[in-house]
This record gives sequence, C-alpha cells and structure tokens, in this order.
Amino acid sequence: MQDLPALLTPDFGLLFWMLLAFTVVFVILKKWGFPVILKAVEDRKQFIDESLKNAREANEKLANIQAECETLLKQAHDQQAQILKDASDTRSKMIQQAKDEAILEGKKMIEDARNAIHTERENALRSIRSQVATLSVQIAEKILQQQLQNPSQQEQLIDQILQDIKE
Amino acid sequence: MKILRFLSILLLTTLTLMPLQASETSNGKLNVKETVLEHLGDGYDWHITTWGHTHISIPLPVILYSEATGFHVFSSLRLSHGQSYKGFFIDPTQKNKIYERVNGKSTIRPWDFSITKNVVQIFIVISILLIGFLLTARWYQKHEKVDDAPKGFVGFMEMAILMVVDDIIRPSIGEKHYRPFVPYLLTVFFFIITTNLLGLIPIFPGGANVTGNITITMFLAICTFLVVNFSGNKEYWKEIFWPEVPAWLKVPIPLMPAIELFGIFTKPLALMIRLFANMVGGHSVILSLTCVIFIAAQMGPMIGTSMSVLSITLMIFMNFLELLVAFIQAYVFTMLSAVFIGLALPEHHS
Repeated sequence: MQDLPALLTPDFGLLFWMLLAFTVVFVILKKWGFPVILKAVEDRKQFIDESLKNAREANEKLANIQAECETLLKQAHDQQAQILKDASDTRSKMIQQAKDEAILEGKKMIEDARNAIHTERENALRSIRSQVATLSVQIAEKILQQQLQNPSQQEQLIDQILQDIKE
Repeated sequence: MKILRFLSILLLTTLTLMPLQASETSNGKLNVKETVLEHLGDGYDWHITTWGHTHISIPLPVILYSEATGFHVFSSLRLSHGQSYKGFFIDPTQKNKIYERVNGKSTIRPWDFSITKNVVQIFIVISILLIGFLLTARWYQKHEKVDDAPKGFVGFMEMAILMVVDDIIRPSIGEKHYRPFVPYLLTVFFFIITTNLLGLIPIFPGGANVTGNITITMFLAICTFLVVNFSGNKEYWKEIFWPEVPAWLKVPIPLMPAIELFGIFTKPLALMIRLFANMVGGHSVILSLTCVIFIAAQMGPMIGTSMSVLSITLMIFMNFLELLVAFIQAYVFTMLSAVFIGLALPEHHS
C-alpha cells in the first residue's frame, strides 16, 4: 500500500466529504427534485393520453350526432308533409261542410219564404174574395134598388126569375 | 462562424497547456511521471498556474484532528513551500499528505478532513446538481400539466432525466420494481457525468480528477453494493446459497455458493475499477501528450514544432474522445448498477 501512488490509496478525508456531499445531494433531490419532475412528466403524459382518448371519443360522438341530426331532419320533413296533408284535408272537409250547411240553410230559407208567400197569398186572396163579395152585394143592392124603382120593372123581373126557375 | 470555431480550438489548446506550465522544474527538466501523477492527484490547494516563479493557486482550508493536540483549522497557505505550521507539514515522501511531528522526531498522520481540491470539486458538482434539478423542479411546480412542454434548459433536463429513466433504469430493473431506485440511480448518473465533464475543463472550476480517484469510485461502488444487497429478495439469496445446480456442486464442498458469494463482491469491484481506470486513463493520455510538447521543445525548434502540432492534434482528438467517455462511463456505471439491482430482484421461477 505504501508504494502505491496516492491516486490508488483511498483517502479517509475525501471519503468523509464525499459521503456527506453525496448524501446531502441524494436526500435533497430525492425529496424535492426527482419526484416532482418525474411526477409532472408522468402527469403530463397521462394528460396527453387522456386528451387523445377524449378527442377520439368526441370525434365518434360528433359522427353520431351528425347521423342523429340527419335522422331528426328526415323525421321533421315527414312530419311537415303529414301536417300539411292533414291541414289540406281538414280545410277541404271544412269547406265541404260549410257548403253543405249553406245549401241546407238556403233550402230551409227558401222553404220558409215559400210558406210565407203561400200564406200571404191565401190571406190576400181571402181578403180580396171577401171584398169582392161585399162589393158585389153592394153593387147588386144598388142595381136592384135602381131597377126596382118602378113597379113594372119589378114585375117583369119577378116574371123573368120565375121563368128561369120554371125552366 | 469559422473564425469562432478556430478561436475556440485555440482557446481549448491553450487551456489544456496551461496547467503544465507549472510543472516545469527549475532546472528545465520535466519529470513526466511526477507531473502526470501530480495533476491526477489531490491537493491541499488548487493550483491554477505558475507565472514566472510565482505560484498562483487558490488556498483551501485544512481541517485536522490530531489525537495529541485536538482540532486545527488553518489555510493551506501556511503549509506551502514545505513550511511547517504548529508541527504539521506536507510530507513529500508520504504521497504529499499532511503529517504531524510529535515529540521532535516521530511523525503521525492526523485525521485529515481538509477541504482539498477534490472536495471543492465535489462541492461545485453538487451545487450544480442541486441548482440544476431544483430549478427544473421549481419550473414544474409553477406550471400545470395543461401548460406547454418545457423548452430550453428545463426541456434539456427533462430529456436527460427521461433518457436515464426510460433507457437505463426501467429496462434494466424491470417495470415492476424500478421506482424506488430511480432517485439513487439518477443521482449517481448525474453526479458522475457532471464530475467527468468538469474534470475535462483544465482550469478552475473544473480540472480536478474526482471520478479518477479510487476513493470516489469506491464510495459509489459501495453504495451500489449496499443498495443491491439490501434490496435483494428471498429468491436472490436462495440463488446465492442454494443455487439450482447438481447437488455435488454444493453439498460436500460449497463450490457454487462460494463462487456466487465471491460474485457479490466482484460486481461492485468491477464498477469501481472500471470508472476509475477509464477516467485516469483518459486524463493520463491527455496529460502525457501535453508533456510531449514540453519535452520536444527542449530538443530544438524543428522537432519541437512538428511534435507539438502532432500532439496538439492528438490532444484535441483525445479531448473529444474523453467527452464521449465521460458520458459512456456515467451511462455504464448507472446501467450496471441498475442491472445488478434487477438481478437482486428475480421473479420466482417455477
């Protein structure tokens, strides 16, 4: 050992300082150095992986949503057509109904009018008849009064009437 | 851009040459072995350069505990140039360590807790690590996970940490058990790579050969040894003391258990030697190549110039290689530690 150069013989002082320095650096870095860095890197790696996964899922979802949208749009179109068709049906039905009702009402009104006219005419005819009868009696009265003013004519008339009755 | 590159290479070579200025001895002769070993070794002060005959160095505190005279704290300036202070002196015959002269003649080695060059370098490294990682951690605390990913420094740190965790630790230990060992292995990796890289900078605040010092690699190897053996599960110990081999290999003479037990110690030993040898090797080659310039300079202008060009080229190449080695050694140490931990946690196989 004594003949070896200093390089090859371990030195106690150097070993002591090396032990101290290495322990200090190891303990500090173990506590506040490496775990922080490695954890951050690990977290970031996980975050990136997660983000990629999320992006993939989002893409899939988007595709699904697009398909859904198309289905919905198609359904809406169908519904629209159905509604339009229903509306036009209802409209024509309503028009038809209104027409029918109008015709019925008209008929009824005409009937009523006709009845009223008939009644009015009857009434008018009755009153005319009674007036005519009254007038004819009056006229006959007047004629009779005129003709029967002289007795010859009275006799002549009586004869004539009797003649008639005999025939 | 080309000028910038040229200037940086020039600066690099100048800086590489600088420490060697100090090593020329007064009589003009250069002792290569001594110079290289001096630069690879530890020191009580941080020598920067020698300008003429003035040594420019950072004095560092000397902390000693002597069984005879108790604690002493003083500046390393008091021991420079072979001075003696309170009976303490640097003994050049005893690897330039501090010795105490007691009762006139006999010298003893006191407990030496001095803040040497390597210790300062370690402090610089851990400061860098603490600042770097705590700043990064602070950034993460201040930001939500939904915020943008970090850029610049924090982004670089994140990349480095994830590289170590995902490429080294997780595959070596296994998905199931790796989590508790992550802080230790990350600390080891970043400690080694930062020290290695700072060791390549020729002047302060770098240049100390810390990972090329057997004490440091021994410490790291012991840490790994403890972590491996304390985390070893039942199956691991069973495979050591009662491995699944033919009975005659373990009953009369416990041959396999002996080999396995031996293996427990050779694994960290290999870790220790590998890092140490690689760092020392690289630094030695660079330093030797630098020495070549000074030796060749004494042989005359022609040889001196041509050899200098050659060795500077080789030195630049070596520096690039060392950059690579700095990373590879940190990588290998961490990976082997992780593999050993993984081997200590075998799944029960039926």
